[in-house]
Amino acid sequence: MSRKPFQSLTLFLLLAPAILWLGLLIVLPHLEILVLSVSERVAPRVYTFGFGNYLEFFTEPLYWRTFARTAIMSILVTAITLVLAFPIALYIARVAQGRLKAMLLLLCLLPFWVSELVRTLGWMILLRETGVISYMLRAVGLAQQPVELLYNDGAVILGLVYGGLLFMIVPLANALESLEPSVVEAGFDLGGSRWTVLRRIVIPHAMPGIVAGSIIVFMLTVGNFATPVLLGGKNGLWFTEQIYAQFITRFNWPQGAAFGMLLLMLSSAIVWAGLRLTGQSLGSTLKQA
Amino acid sequence: MAQSSDLDLVNVIKRFGAYAAVNDVSFSVASGEFFSILGPSGCGKTTLMRMIAGFEHPTSGDIRIRGKSMIGVPANKRPVNMVFQSLALFPMMSVGENVAYGLACRGVPRAEAEERANRMLERVGLKGFGDRRVTALSGGQRQRVAIARCLVLEPTLVLLDEPLGALDLKLREHMKIELKQLQATFNTTFVYITHDQSEALVMSDRIAVMNQGRFEQVGSPRELYHDPATPFVASFVGETNRWQGEAAPGPNGAISVRLPSGTVVQGQGRVTDKASLAFVRPEAIALAQDPSSLSNLPNRFEGRVSAVLFDGANSSLLIDTAGFDQPVRAVLPQAGPLAGIKVGAPIHVGWTADAMKVFAA
Repeated sequence: MSRKPFQSLTLFLLLAPAILWLGLLIVLPHLEILVLSVSERVAPRVYTFGFGNYLEFFTEPLYWRTFARTAIMSILVTAITLVLAFPIALYIARVAQGRLKAMLLLLCLLPFWVSELVRTLGWMILLRETGVISYMLRAVGLAQQPVELLYNDGAVILGLVYGGLLFMIVPLANALESLEPSVVEAGFDLGGSRWTVLRRIVIPHAMPGIVAGSIIVFMLTVGNFATPVLLGGKNGLWFTEQIYAQFITRFNWPQGAAFGMLLLMLSSAIVWAGLRLTGQSLGSTLKQA
Repeated sequence: MAQSSDLDLVNVIKRFGAYAAVNDVSFSVASGEFFSILGPSGCGKTTLMRMIAGFEHPTSGDIRIRGKSMIGVPANKRPVNMVFQSLALFPMMSVGENVAYGLACRGVPRAEAEERANRMLERVGLKGFGDRRVTALSGGQRQRVAIARCLVLEPTLVLLDEPLGALDLKLREHMKIELKQLQATFNTTFVYITHDQSEALVMSDRIAVMNQGRFEQVGSPRELYHDPATPFVASFVGETNRWQGEAAPGPNGAISVRLPSGTVVQGQGRVTDKASLAFVRPEAIALAQDPSSLSNLPNRFEGRVSAVLFDGANSSLLIDTAGFDQPVRAVLPQAGPLAGIKVGAPIHVGWTADAMKVFAA
């Protein structure tokens, strides 16, 4: 019995870094933001409780339109990333062997060696009016004038998909790797076509990986700031830009805090809906990620 | 081409680089037959089966099912279904969905597929299991689902790749009988692959013994056991005593084999070389405490019991016998007067010339 307090102290000390991490960096700021978001400024340095900041969001069309646009484009980006990543992950997990497999995963990882900002600037060098692609189109005679490929939705989606690809490939490849080869063979042996085997055996088996990858990519995309700003320019209209503007440009912290809370609710709601739709539990999904 | 044969392999060769995994194999399986391919691991039997199923393609030769060549026909278009070694049930589907999968692939409407799957489950003794998860089944039940999944498609041929390997002994013994009964009720042609000679002997109508990519002998279990064609078959199928020696023509058309110690034993066989191998089944060796009862046997020796291997009805004795470099193994009848024999007891052994098969080494 005398060991009991000592043991619980050890446990507490071991948990302390995690508790401090969660408490100071996640829970506390969010509580602060929550409190901020429900305070209204009535006079300089005088605040009262109220939902005015949230009301502002619904009455000003720019805000909720940007919000909806961010949500829809993020879902689109996640879907495109999934479709692109699936064959790559299938190849890495089921076809490639030994060194080739390690090489391919390394190739996926390589772009992440440089910062997101530099990577995005790389896309700008390729896509801008005086950039590489525009020059090449003119060189082969497909275009007479310089072509501006930046500052549109396509460029934003391209950049976001590029940034999310790795985070989709890794959980997918993990999930696909555990599929027994003989199960796939049995699928063919019993008369299944390639499509049937993919639809009824491979995809259901990879579901936890698909959901895990989609959640990660969706979260990263919704909360992304640099890519929509740099590749989308004024047309980027990402909700994070609104938050940035409230906090930094307008110095309206309560309004920014309300937007932050709304974004958090949005991503939580969509992740929840995604889990419900695919019939996956958060636990089995986290195991794959 | 006889109409009654379901499967014909004609000079099938499969090479991986310079190595021939299957080397010029030809055989036919009649309709409704239980045919086993028996061989040690690495003998090429799995490659052979994968070629019949359509997962590997022969380097040369032809595979015909009911007279139709299967060369170039993909696995999902062949009237062949396979029970995998790991069973390979679909864990993402329920038991019923597993069985209905093949029907759905053929475009059978959902309701009908479900009904046929349920009927098949009933026939294999799994009535009411349709909604269970595959992972919630016992080993024997999973086995039955794997077989039901094939049989529901009414294939010409069912291939079984050592499906009993993962089961424990008791269940394996039980499943052997059950498989044989299932095959008889459905009257489907089974091709069964195993390294376990007891599985092959118990269940099969005919067995092919395979070694290093070739068939050593094809015959009924009885033929293989009592009349092996090669030394490999003699030593691989069933228990046996095996001695090396030099052969020479003996009395009464028999062959005399002189063991390295100088002892001479009498056997039967066609031997051209001098170096030879002699085989005697343990149950062919007569045991006696009194040498006079063995006096009519050409091979008679005196020895001492070095070990009693008690295993119920399969009990046997190891007998140190002068002139033999290894102890002679003999079946010990548990109902006879020798049932209580102890290690160290003197004993007389003997066998007929017919019981000993002699082969060129």
